[in-house]
Amino acid sequence: MHPICSLPIRSCVVSCLSSALLWMPVGPEATPSTLAPASTPAFEIHALSLFVLSITGCIFLTVAGLLTYVIIKYRTKQADRLSEPAQIYGSTQIELAWTVIPVLIVIVLFLTTARLIFAIQDAPEPESALDVTVIGHQFWWEVRYPKLGIITANELHVPRSSEQAPVPTYLALLSADVDHSFWIPQLAGKTDLIPNHPNATWINPLAPGLYLGQCAQFCGAQHALMLLRVYVDDPDQFSTWVKNQQQPAVEDPRVTEGRQVFETQPCMSCHAIQGTAATGRFGPDLTHLMSRETIGSGAADNNVQNLKGWIRDPASLKRGCLMPAMQLNDQQLDQVTEYLATLR
Amino acid sequence: MGENSLRLPSSIDLAPSRRFTETFPEWLHEWVVTVDHKRLGMLYIVYAIFFLLVAGAQAIAIRIQLAFPGNHFLVAQAYNRFFTMHGTTMVFLVGMPILFGFGNYVVPLQIGARDMAYPRLNAFSFWLTAFGGLFLYYSFLGGGGLYGVGTAPDVGWWAYAPLTAKAFSPGHATDYWALALIASGFGTLGTAINIIATVISMRCKGMTMMRLPLFSWLMLVVSSLTLITITPLTAAQIMLVIDRYLGGHFFDTQAGGSAVIWMHFFWIFGHPEVYVLVLPAFAIANEVIPVFSRKAIFGYPAMVAASVGIAFISLSVWAHHMFTVGMTSVSNTFFVLSTMMVGIPTGIKIFNWLATMWGGKIRFATPMLFCTAFLYQFLIAGLTGIMLSVAPWNWQLHNSYFVIAHFHYVLVGAIVFCIFGAIYYWYPKATGRMLDEKLGKWHFWLFLIGFHVTFDTMHFVGILGMPRSIYTYQPDRGWNTLNLIVSSGGIIQGVAVLLFAINLIWSYFYGQEAGNDPWDAWTLEWGTSSPPPPYNFAEDPVVRSRRPLWDLKHPEDPDWEYES
Amino acid sequence: MSAAAGIPAAYPAEWRTPSRGRTAMFALIIAESALFTIFVVAYVFYIGKSLSGPTPRQVLDVPVFATICLLSSSLTIGLAERAIHRNRVGGFALWLGVTICLGLIFLGGTAIEWHKLIYQDGLKIYTNLFGTTYYSLVGLHATHVVIGLTMLLIVFLFTLARRVGEQHAERIGVLAMYWHFVDAVWVVVFTVVYIIGR
Repeated sequence: MHPICSLPIRSCVVSCLSSALLWMPVGPEATPSTLAPASTPAFEIHALSLFVLSITGCIFLTVAGLLTYVIIKYRTKQADRLSEPAQIYGSTQIELAWTVIPVLIVIVLFLTTARLIFAIQDAPEPESALDVTVIGHQFWWEVRYPKLGIITANELHVPRSSEQAPVPTYLALLSADVDHSFWIPQLAGKTDLIPNHPNATWINPLAPGLYLGQCAQFCGAQHALMLLRVYVDDPDQFSTWVKNQQQPAVEDPRVTEGRQVFETQPCMSCHAIQGTAATGRFGPDLTHLMSRETIGSGAADNNVQNLKGWIRDPASLKRGCLMPAMQLNDQQLDQVTEYLATLR
Repeated sequence: MGENSLRLPSSIDLAPSRRFTETFPEWLHEWVVTVDHKRLGMLYIVYAIFFLLVAGAQAIAIRIQLAFPGNHFLVAQAYNRFFTMHGTTMVFLVGMPILFGFGNYVVPLQIGARDMAYPRLNAFSFWLTAFGGLFLYYSFLGGGGLYGVGTAPDVGWWAYAPLTAKAFSPGHATDYWALALIASGFGTLGTAINIIATVISMRCKGMTMMRLPLFSWLMLVVSSLTLITITPLTAAQIMLVIDRYLGGHFFDTQAGGSAVIWMHFFWIFGHPEVYVLVLPAFAIANEVIPVFSRKAIFGYPAMVAASVGIAFISLSVWAHHMFTVGMTSVSNTFFVLSTMMVGIPTGIKIFNWLATMWGGKIRFATPMLFCTAFLYQFLIAGLTGIMLSVAPWNWQLHNSYFVIAHFHYVLVGAIVFCIFGAIYYWYPKATGRMLDEKLGKWHFWLFLIGFHVTFDTMHFVGILGMPRSIYTYQPDRGWNTLNLIVSSGGIIQGVAVLLFAINLIWSYFYGQEAGNDPWDAWTLEWGTSSPPPPYNFAEDPVVRSRRPLWDLKHPEDPDWEYES
Repeated sequence: MSAAAGIPAAYPAEWRTPSRGRTAMFALIIAESALFTIFVVAYVFYIGKSLSGPTPRQVLDVPVFATICLLSSSLTIGLAERAIHRNRVGGFALWLGVTICLGLIFLGGTAIEWHKLIYQDGLKIYTNLFGTTYYSLVGLHATHVVIGLTMLLIVFLFTLARRVGEQHAERIGVLAMYWHFVDAVWVVVFTVVYIIGR
């Protein structure tokens, strides 16, 4: 699948009409609703869905209306029970009529659908697109910006795009273990992350803010808490964020003991902190841990208290996640938490 | 109701004695060794109803857990086992057995035969299916799961690879799933083969294929479809077991294997499977609607053609469950087309039922209430299916609660409603007693209300972005109230089903005597006593039209003068 | 029913429906074909995709002799059917015995082939994708051969005990259908594994 900044002409006309009639650029909402599109693919899908709904709605009203008419009009009255009604065995013309009409409806629906499939899936990627690679893990999202040298987790930042100067984000989707699915309803339809089967998707977000989603393919015990946050930033916000992420980890001399704990305990075998000896990749990259708003891919807000609780016993926040309790004593726990709290 | 039932020379009025003259072990033994299709049919149905209650309880537990965000009624692992078992049980231990149970009971009677083609195979198939189910449930007791209940399967009823690989599912949960279903799958195959051989080879004199009652026709179609539906699942499960125990790499992505090919194999089974489940519902509607509208089915040949068409086309739509896995746009487009096409013969059937009722004299006894609700609900289910077939929209709706709402509309709204209708319709034949009509109406209305409260609402929570298979959800996403509503509908349905269970038991002892033909119907099973003698008919029937009893009751205006 | 209410006996005395044995066996064959199809699809899909290990070309020898034996056994069972139809029990026993022998030779050939693959070439079911799909597909077929041979052997033993006659011709025909099916599957497996896949 390749992203696109300008869709084929006819689709543009459709979307312009729809936007004139229906769509004010919506920003992010607390409910990740498919009815509040904020990005081109989501918007196109929404427009098509309304078209399909109107057709199926008409079919429903017609057939259900006829059914209701029949059950009211032909319900038997007490006196009528003695004779049987006229037995009608069939009618070829009627059968033909109600075969042909559905066929025509299917043709219309099929052609409109096919057009959008190709428009979304097969459109070429523009130069201005941002490349992000998302790798699904049980139960967190690894996020890499290959051309920018950034590795983070669970929370993506992407630049806001616009009609005049499109900057879509092109996501390569991979998996390190089982099947997952990347779904931010306001931004695009979902695409699965399948091991040994690279996928791709694209978004073209037109309004800034935080968009919510979560893993949409059952992946094991804590599938429910594999949440997703996409921050659509204005251009300067985005470059600030990028610059910060590209820095190696903050080295605060006040927390050297904590850093020692981190580097001598098994933490390093799963986690990486750029600029230290820690290069583990099984768990999320912690270089800029405090630049994220949640921990445990959305299991809890990212504050010192939750962080400490998480490190003490991840299962208390996310039972079944793959990080074991680290069996640290209280002092080690305090120190390592203090250390991690400096990693902005 | 009973006034019109005829005494046919081919039946003997036995007025079966209600007193149990045997000892309990003797009675039990009779049921265990029986090869009588009627008894096996009832065993299937009772077995299925038992598991309906069990899986229903699992559903209630799921809905209690989801009634509030962050609820602690079920921990994550237990919840994952519950929804896996709910789906697996409902499809394999409720849906399949009850529909083949009805097939077993009704088909030989309708075609004027004495039993199925292979009575002993029939018994063997039942017990194999039963064993499979019990083995599956044994998993709740076995093993020591980490946090949840025993080691019941917890990988979803679709068991996607590589989650099911030994690496990601180290315990025996997946093994129970695969092995239990392989066993019960063979049982299903046996019954399917039996029904095919019975319908083809054991029809009574004069009953050409185009004079078969539609119920039996559809059971033939269903059984044929089953042959090539269950076997892909069996194949895939054998491959899974080879992967897990012999080091195979069928679905081992580390060795170059493909996770997607599991999906293909599973849905090549899974989609036709839902047609295997729904065609018998159509079969039931094909019997009930004409009788209670007092008219012959409109367009019998078209109904046959549509059913066969549905079976064929259904084999080509499977990847509409996989629109999000990254198939090419051409592949996606193909499956959009095939899926939309299967809607056409399905729609034709709805129109034919409508036309059957048109101009009729409709009696809304309980069977007809259920089948009428079926018509509305199946219409909606079909239309949400069309919505889901639109691949780009599917990219949003897939794996959300919209899909769950859609398929429960089919499975409950269409199939379970028809099954209830069928039980109210044929219970008098099987037991000689009518089910209580008043309780029946309470059952119907309560179940209808509960069903709609739950599943209408569920569509919206999916559109609002809630995915499926999650043991809890975030409190600030606006899904709270809707989930609570969905859950409360479940309680109402539970009450309705309880009333139904009470009706079944109470009516067995105190129900009104039914006689041969309480509904004034037209197919052969109503021409013999209720319950039928073990040999079904004293003399082999001879028929000349699709409605042999209509011909007898209306000698001045028999069907054969009109049928082409 | 024809006696009552004046329905004329509108049916010719001849009322024939297809044989239930053949119908049931036909249905079983359809089901089994679907089962084999999935294994064949997996085999074909994974051709050339093994990440390591022996490839088909390196280790597979075309089992010509075993194949000829198995396919001839379809011929011989046909001859056996003809014999029993004419009540020639001796001829039936002979051709049935030949069929069983040919089937056993086929199985023996498979055993020898597998022995070589496992011990000389180091190809096991867990070695790579080729190993997994090869042993599963050929093994599934071999299992069906075993089942078929078991049934044939049982009939053979009954024949020796003089309990089989012309009246069993139809049932023997049904069993023969199964045997023909097993041979037909081998044609497909052979083509896919030894011709296309190599």
